Parts: sequence; C-alpha cells; structure tokens
Amino acid sequence: MIRPLSGDRPGHPLVAALLLVLLAVLAAEPFLIAGAKPMAAAARICILVALAGSYDIVLGYTGIVSLAHAMFFAFGAYGVAIPLANGWIGWDAVAVGMAGGAAFAAVVAALVALLSLRVQAIFFSMITLAVASLAQVLATQLRGVTGGEDGLSFPVPEALSPSFRLLHERVLGVRVDGRLVTYYLIFAASLALFLLMLRIVNSPFGRVLQAIRENAFRAEALGYRVIVYRTLASAIAAAIAALAGGLMALQLHYTGPDATLSFSVMVDVLLMVVIGGMGTLYGAALGAAVIVLAEYYLQPGLRAVADTLAGVPLLPALFDPDRWLLWLGVLFVVIVYFLPAGIVGSLRRRGG
Amino acid sequence: MSGRNPDWAALALVPVLAILALPLMDVRSWVALTAAGAAMGMMLFLMASGLTLIFGLMDVLNFAHGAFVTLGAYLAATVLGALAGWVGADALVANLAALAAAVAVGAVASGAAGLLFERLIIRRVYGAHLQQILITVGGMIVGEQLILAAWGAQPLQVAKPAALRGSVIIGGAAVEKYRLVAMALGVAVFALMQVALNRTRIGLLVRAGVENREMVEALGYRIRRLFVGVFVAGTALAGIGGVMWAVYQEMVTAAIGADMTILVFIVVIIGGLGSVGGCFAGAVLVGLVANYVGFLAPKLALGSNIALMVLVLLWRPRGLFPLARA
Repeated sequence: MIRPLSGDRPGHPLVAALLLVLLAVLAAEPFLIAGAKPMAAAARICILVALAGSYDIVLGYTGIVSLAHAMFFAFGAYGVAIPLANGWIGWDAVAVGMAGGAAFAAVVAALVALLSLRVQAIFFSMITLAVASLAQVLATQLRGVTGGEDGLSFPVPEALSPSFRLLHERVLGVRVDGRLVTYYLIFAASLALFLLMLRIVNSPFGRVLQAIRENAFRAEALGYRVIVYRTLASAIAAAIAALAGGLMALQLHYTGPDATLSFSVMVDVLLMVVIGGMGTLYGAALGAAVIVLAEYYLQPGLRAVADTLAGVPLLPALFDPDRWLLWLGVLFVVIVYFLPAGIVGSLRRRGG
Repeated sequence: MSGRNPDWAALALVPVLAILALPLMDVRSWVALTAAGAAMGMMLFLMASGLTLIFGLMDVLNFAHGAFVTLGAYLAATVLGALAGWVGADALVANLAALAAAVAVGAVASGAAGLLFERLIIRRVYGAHLQQILITVGGMIVGEQLILAAWGAQPLQVAKPAALRGSVIIGGAAVEKYRLVAMALGVAVFALMQVALNRTRIGLLVRAGVENREMVEALGYRIRRLFVGVFVAGTALAGIGGVMWAVYQEMVTAAIGADMTILVFIVVIIGGLGSVGGCFAGAVLVGLVANYVGFLAPKLALGSNIALMVLVLLWRPRGLFPLARA
C-alpha cells in the first residue's frame, strides 16, 4: 500500500483543511492569479516549505538548535550558481551543482555536529553560529568564486528561461513558458522533499530522534548512540536545505549573500518552524506560508504606520520599514512565550 | 580550579603560544603584537566573563549578550560626543574622567537593561534549554533593532581621549597607550572578580551555586536572587567591554554586536563554559592568535579564531578549564 503521508495525519480538521488549501493554491497558482510577482511568491513558499521542514528535523524532532541552517541553504544555492555562472549551462550542471552542494552541506554539518555535540547540545548552537558567520565572511571575501557582496547572476538551462515556449497555444489562458516550467519543477521538487521528510521523521530512525529529544540520557541507556543519531539528523537536514537552496537559485537566476546566507534568512526559518509548531512538519509548511505572506505585507504596512505617525517623537523610528526585523523579533519572542507549541501543536492538543 | 591540581598543560598554552610566535617575527613586532593581543584579550574578557558566570550559575546561555555589548558601544559614542571638551582637553585628568564617565554610563545602562531582560525574558524560561536559546536569540534581534532605531544605522565616530592617542616606546617597540589602559582595566576586573569570588561570602555562594545549585538551595539560600545579581553584573561588564571596544576602534557599527557575540562564544568555549579563569585564558588566546595570524598571514585571519576553537576542542572537548560537574 502506498502511503504518501507515511501515516502521519494532520491531527486536527483545521490543520488538514489549511494544508489542503495550501496544497491546492500552490498546485494551481499560475492559473489562479495572473502575474509574475504572485508566482514568485508561490515559488518562494514552496522552497521555504522544504527549507523550514528540513530545519524542523533538527530543531523540532531532534531538539538541537542550529544557527547555521541558512548556510546550508546557501551551499546549495552557490552549488548550482557556480557552474552556471562559469559558462557550464545545462541540466548536467544543475544536477552536479545540486548534488555537490548537498554533499558538501552534509559533510560540513556532520563535522560541526561531531565536534560540538560530543559535549553538550548547547555547544552546537554556539559553534553553528560561529561557523555561519565565517561562511558569511568567506562568501563576501572570495569574490572570484562567489561574486562577493554582489553575488552571482547566471543563465539557466533553456527550458527554464522565460523566453522558452513549451506549447505554442495558451492553456486556460496561461502561456506555457519557461517560468511556468520552473514553477512546476520547484513545486514538484519541494513536494517530493516534503514527503521524503515525512517518511524520514516517521521511520524508526525518526522515532529515535524524538526519543533523544525527550530524554537523551534515557535514549543512550536504551542503546542508541545519541551523537550518531544527532549527527545524522543534522547532516540529512543540511543536505535537504542545500537542495532547497539549489531550487532557490533556479528560481531567482541569482545567488547572493543577502538572499541566502544572511542572519535574517536564519531568523525567517526559525520563525516559520516556531510559528507553525516545532516537531510537526506540517507546522513548518504552514509557518512558511504565513511568514512569506506576512513579509509581503510587513514593509508596506510599516511604511503606512510610520507615515501616519510622522511628527510624533521616537515612534516613527520604530515603524521605519528598515526595522521590519524588529517586529519579526517581537513576534518571535511572543510566540515562543505564549504559543510554544505553534499553530499545529496547539490545534492538535485541542483536537485530541 | 582551586583545590585541585593545576592543569599545567592548559595553563602553559598562552606562554607557549607567545614563545612559539617569537621566532616567526622580529622582536619589535612581537612586543607590539603581543601587547595588542593582550589588550584585545582583556576587552574580550570583560565581555565574556559575565556570560560564562551566568551559564555556570544558572545553566542559562544568553544569546542576547552581544546586544549589551552593542548598547555599551553606542553609549560610548554618545557620552564621549557630549563630553567633547574633556575628550579633547590637553589634560590627562579630564581625558580619563571622560573615559570613566563613558564606562560608568555603559555599565549602569547595560546593567539596568540586563535587569529588565532577566525579569521580562529569562526568568520565565529557567530550565527549558530549547526555549531559552530561542527566546534569547529573539531578544538579541529585538535589542539590536531597538538600538538601531535609537541611534540610526550609520556608523558613528567615537572620539578617543587625547592623552590616550598615540603610542609609548617599550623596548624599541611602539605600544599604543590605549592598549595599556585596556589591559590594566581587564587585569583589574579579573583581580577584583577573583577576590570577590574567593574571599567574600557572596562569592562563596556563587561558587557553591556553580558547583551544585540544588545543594545551595537546600541549605536555604535563594540562588535566584543571587543569580539576578550575577546577571546584572555580567551585563554591566558586557557594557563596559562595549565601551572599551568602541573607543579602541574609534567607531561603532551595527555589526559590532554580532561580531562580538561570536568572539565571546569562541572565548567561553575555549575556556570551558562556566569557568572565569578559563574565560581569562581563552580571551588572551583569542586576542593573541588574532593578532599574530593577522600579521603573519592576513588572509588566514578570518578563520583563525574558529580554527583555534576547533583545535582546542579536539584536544579538550570540554574546553581548557571545564567545570567539575557534568
């Protein structure tokens, strides 16, 4: 019997409904809302569902806080960008870039985990923060490879470029061009990654991770090598994050430190997982959708508030559109306090 | 560390490193770089000592610690800007008074912010490690953004007091005067801390609390109240470190908190989380390595601290001077 959800039910009718709406909207987006911007937002949601899901494997299922997940995302993005930007344009280049980025991310994640997790899980958070900052500096300094602050712009394989026409007639009034192909490639890949992650966390391996999260000492006493499981979880999550990063590069035709590597990407991912509900992959998916939508409205909203407050001392500075991270931070703290189980966790508890 | 056999291998690390660096350069550069490294180390120690004590006592790792450093740094810009007359005066007393005023304001403001932070944020998540990390990461973001909202995102100039500009010649090598001041302050704080921890009743309770919190509580002491004091002192020290660093760099940018958080984490990991002596040694090590490598192989300077941390952890997985307890 084929079980695409790996036996992991949403657990509450509202969660199921929200997920179905999300899936339906993402599947039909190009035919529902016309325009390049909504399609870009939908593609961003797809990619971030995969990214947030992979982070949830570490944060929610294994219970360790990595602050380098954006770095693994960037490894994949640069992995795809570097061959394409250097004139090797083709599907083989994309495949090599994806695989190379994922392998590199997995190896780095395993090394960091082995180094830090043998002592205390808290070392892991500190060391991942340090390593991520090093990667950020390297990405801006190694201009020859990474394009420095400016990042890399590159052409993509022909079937993905906007000028490509798969069909000459329009389908339901939509032009079947490279953008549409890109979107559905990203949609399918993200969905596949998400189902794969559901499979992983509901496997015996995933159960051991959850046992470690609940009580590492006891899991060790039962004969599971905690460090091996934590390291593997970290490496798997890093590889999936890198694949999501590769998709991001294909979507943007660009890779740069701000888009993939900066601390604000890390904060975004943290927010998505925490808002949706740690330890429930469905929560990560809903959180990704919520945050992407919120970000599209946050800056214009702040600008409107700042304009109405013009003349009042101090307050306009707080609502300056450049201070959007402030409000995401406040939201984050409030959620960790008052809704620690997130949307999905809270609903599941209520629904029994 | 007291009461057990000294760990000679770990203690020897700093002098050995300094001696190993000597043949790689001429003596004058070595003196200047060692002084620079020690000064940087002392400033890092100011910032890191509070963090390590807070962790040792209450198992709280405060990711927002860097925000208090940033607060101190921006306050230094403001205070020294307001006291421009004293800063520029051709009198040592006025110059030092200006610096002292900046240090005092930085310490008081950071300490007060720390008190608020402990009451509002940390207090509710004792014992819950995951929540603690998340909430202090959130606190760091909010704190930094509030500072940016108050002072703006542009880099600020910080005036170094006139008498502390320039260098003195020691054994033919030029050593910046300000570095000597920073070193003196760091050593003084370290000495004070050792006295407070080893010779006073409160220090005794803090050390006992670090060793075994439950036992101290069982004996009837309110360790939480003690912890609030340590937290405020730790954040005040972070503020002082921020002031000293801002004056040293003669400039404050928005990145200072993030950069310092990472260096401070490396310092406390190298030293062993919770250990003040280890923090001191770790800070000097990081300062020296940063300066030596920056001189010998500037291209490698970026990763040198992380490489140092990795090497130390491979040798001593718990840091140089780990706490006795698990």
